[in-house]
Amino acid sequence: MLRMSTDVQLAMVSHCLEGLPEEACGLIAGDPALDAVLAWYPTENVARSARVYTVDPLAHLRADRDAESRGLQIVGVFHSHTHTDAYPSPTDVVQAPDPSWHYVIVSLRDVQPVVRSYRIVDGLVEEESVVIRTHVVQAS
Amino acid sequence: MPVDVRLPTVLRSQAGGRSTVSVDGSTVGEVLQSLISEHPGMGEQVLNPDGSLHRFVNVYVNDDDVRYLSSLDTPVKEGDEVSIVPAVAGG
Repeated sequence: MLRMSTDVQLAMVSHCLEGLPEEACGLIAGDPALDAVLAWYPTENVARSARVYTVDPLAHLRADRDAESRGLQIVGVFHSHTHTDAYPSPTDVVQAPDPSWHYVIVSLRDVQPVVRSYRIVDGLVEEESVVIRTHVVQAS
Repeated sequence: MPVDVRLPTVLRSQAGGRSTVSVDGSTVGEVLQSLISEHPGMGEQVLNPDGSLHRFVNVYVNDDDVRYLSSLDTPVKEGDEVSIVPAVAGG
């Protein structure tokens, strides 16, 4: 399960829409024990492509430092699929960098954006529920 | 000379959950070799068998990507932060 606030969900979807026609991406941070997104970081897609994405590594480094300064940790990545379903592509699976992360995909294929989340462990993809609330619990 | 190494989240469990560890070295290559000698399980995720940087790993000295400096020969000094940042990419 991955919990996030409506504000975070709307901000991530907005970032993805602003990235069109290219894929957009960013990182999410939280307390790994809570499975909740408590901060998010838009990052540049340095691949500049409608089919693939690469998170700007310097933005990743800065997000990692910022999350740590808030008592949080990077717990996953989100990216958009501009013309396909919100399901991990073979490239997403092969390149998944951390089995503990949440992999959020925002599909912009249809009029209504679709946000889904997955765990990817040893090449196996398992969907998890995304629970969206007005507020999520804050890190202690 | 001790240098702090910022670890990617995937490697932190091998360092007792710490986000940074302090190791000795005067170049990026020496720092990474020290890190791997203390935590052998990190080796194959950071360096290739021939000792070059793994293609899915970016290494920074402070805010500078070592691929645009002198790669593994990039000198480091006390107080520098060497960061291992995984490539986060997909389709």
